[in-house]
Amino acid sequence: MTSSKGLEFKIEERSGVSQGRILCISVLAILFALVIAGLFFQLFGVSALKAYRLIFSGSLGSSFGLAETLRRAIPLLLCGVGLTIAFRALFWNIGAEGQLLIGAVAATGIALFSEIPAPLLLPAMFLGGFIGGALWGLIPAVLKATLGVNEVITTLMMNYMSIYLVEWLIHGPWKGPSARGFAYSETFPPSAWLPTISGTRIHWPTLFLGLILSVLMYILILYTKSGLEIRIMGENPEAARYAGINSLKVTLLVMFISGGLAGLAGVGEIAGIHQRLLGPTHISMGYGYTAVIVAWLARRNPLAVIFTSLFFGLLITGGDVIKVSLGLPSQLINVFNGLILFFLIGSEFFLHYRISLLSRR
Amino acid sequence: MGWENWIITTFSRSLAYGTPLLLGTLGEIYAERSGVLNLGVEGMMIMGAYSAFTTTYLTKNPWLGMLVAGIIGGIFSLIHAFTSITLKANQIVSGLSLTMLGLGLSGVLGRGWEGKPLASTIPKVTIIPLSHLPLLGPILFQEQNLIVYFTIISVPLLWYILFRTRIGITIRAVGENPATADSMGINVSRVRYICVLLGGILAGISGGYLSVVYRPAWTEGMTAGMGWIVIALTIFAFWNPVNGMLGAFLFAALYHLSFRLQPYISPELLKAMPYAMAIIVLIFVSRGTLQKRIGAPAALSLPYTRGED
Repeated sequence: MTSSKGLEFKIEERSGVSQGRILCISVLAILFALVIAGLFFQLFGVSALKAYRLIFSGSLGSSFGLAETLRRAIPLLLCGVGLTIAFRALFWNIGAEGQLLIGAVAATGIALFSEIPAPLLLPAMFLGGFIGGALWGLIPAVLKATLGVNEVITTLMMNYMSIYLVEWLIHGPWKGPSARGFAYSETFPPSAWLPTISGTRIHWPTLFLGLILSVLMYILILYTKSGLEIRIMGENPEAARYAGINSLKVTLLVMFISGGLAGLAGVGEIAGIHQRLLGPTHISMGYGYTAVIVAWLARRNPLAVIFTSLFFGLLITGGDVIKVSLGLPSQLINVFNGLILFFLIGSEFFLHYRISLLSRR
Repeated sequence: MGWENWIITTFSRSLAYGTPLLLGTLGEIYAERSGVLNLGVEGMMIMGAYSAFTTTYLTKNPWLGMLVAGIIGGIFSLIHAFTSITLKANQIVSGLSLTMLGLGLSGVLGRGWEGKPLASTIPKVTIIPLSHLPLLGPILFQEQNLIVYFTIISVPLLWYILFRTRIGITIRAVGENPATADSMGINVSRVRYICVLLGGILAGISGGYLSVVYRPAWTEGMTAGMGWIVIALTIFAFWNPVNGMLGAFLFAALYHLSFRLQPYISPELLKAMPYAMAIIVLIFVSRGTLQKRIGAPAALSLPYTRGED
């Protein structure tokens, strides 16, 4: 019981939480974050209403905007679905950004230097990208499960390492001849280009892959023995040990999936959009970090990631629009992200606790 | 006397580069000792760097700049304190959002400040008789910055408070067993708020040191992961300020030695070295933790609710 200024509040823990309440509180949290972010627009001398109108009309109001929203959602979907699996086991994978880049590197290696014939080249790139991302993700998993090394730090440090690995490749051994000012690898042969929906940058094979995987991961987490083990480990590590669940095996499994899916996102970005390896900030622009919010907003439900990734695809696209038309800095999207995440976790208090005003005695 | 100069430069540069790491680590040690994991160090540091630079640029007073950096870092840390202590939110996600917010906000506000020269900075001092000592003189007492000295002096002080005073016992009790501390009449939330605030102030000053003293300029994202290295050093230090100092300067020395590899390794891979080193350092201490069974404060990152175990 807490009392302040003569009013008495009672804080009780709620027993069950309905889906409707979760949705309602999440939407409220986002609205609050957008209101606070609106103050920043005012700070820059831009009317918040005008800015939000531009964000929504720019991302939803035209076929170009819709297509951009969808193509931004693809990497967020793949990374986000992977993160829900890791987060279910309470493995804090903050390294999707790096795993994505390693996936891109693996796919580039296959596209440029393998002798794989045309129809098999793209599947080989996806496979290689998955394995690359998964291996990169397994390193922190092994360190955590065997030595107890904090995974937040290792996954983050490995993001920086992968950034410089890409930089090294495009400035050094994989440097292409056609670079003018910017460093690139050579352009992929056309058989390594992903098809897109005409007139857009939506590389639909990656989109389908993401949708299929979100359904598969939903089934994995809710209806399989491995999924049960993952959930028990995340909800009650004591009980998991008591039940004889092999924590090494579960940790490796979730990071194999989580890293692999982020790797697939990397393949999609370079085979579907850039068709060559280029600067790390051009490949990803922080999809791996945004995916943390995407997964959290989805309450770690792989199916819900479909919707939350679309929402953040919309925000990124809208952010691009106001950047160009209002001249606002591109870092604004990070302010959005940080605020939304804050209000989201803050709002969880109201999911799990009930606050009521007590009558004075 | 080539080798002598070589040693002097390496150690002297290590003190300069290790200082911001140490400042951040000292603050994080206090926060974590009270049971609150704050992964927002990177965000608080970069906000400190931004606010110190702009304040110093506008007022030409670097001390005011450091003060403002401390205040801004402190205010930022209170956001994390509120969500993680009062609202009992997940501390990992809360700290992460603090970092995102700090990087984003400083990037937005800092546009237009890049490339501006800073006219005034905190003076370097040479302590005359001591600077003539062989080796140690030039390393410790010649052309070092005042902030470096303040930071080093604060280490024994913070160690003493944590391990030899009532305040320190209170902080550690709250981090080890909040329920018992609560039953002894300690206000768990208040102790945690204060420790998180101290961590924020020190992280802010650490950022200010970067933009006003270490490399007097503002660049977007200039902390470049140092806030995360601070988190790693806190673990490396086993939550002890003295170990924190050893860790920070050792790390800084390795960082500088890695630049000696410049002729043999490409610059991009060289830039990846500190991050690889942080991982290796953690692997190293993790082996120690497993064997000696010394570890994090027992209630680290667990919110406290009265009446629960």
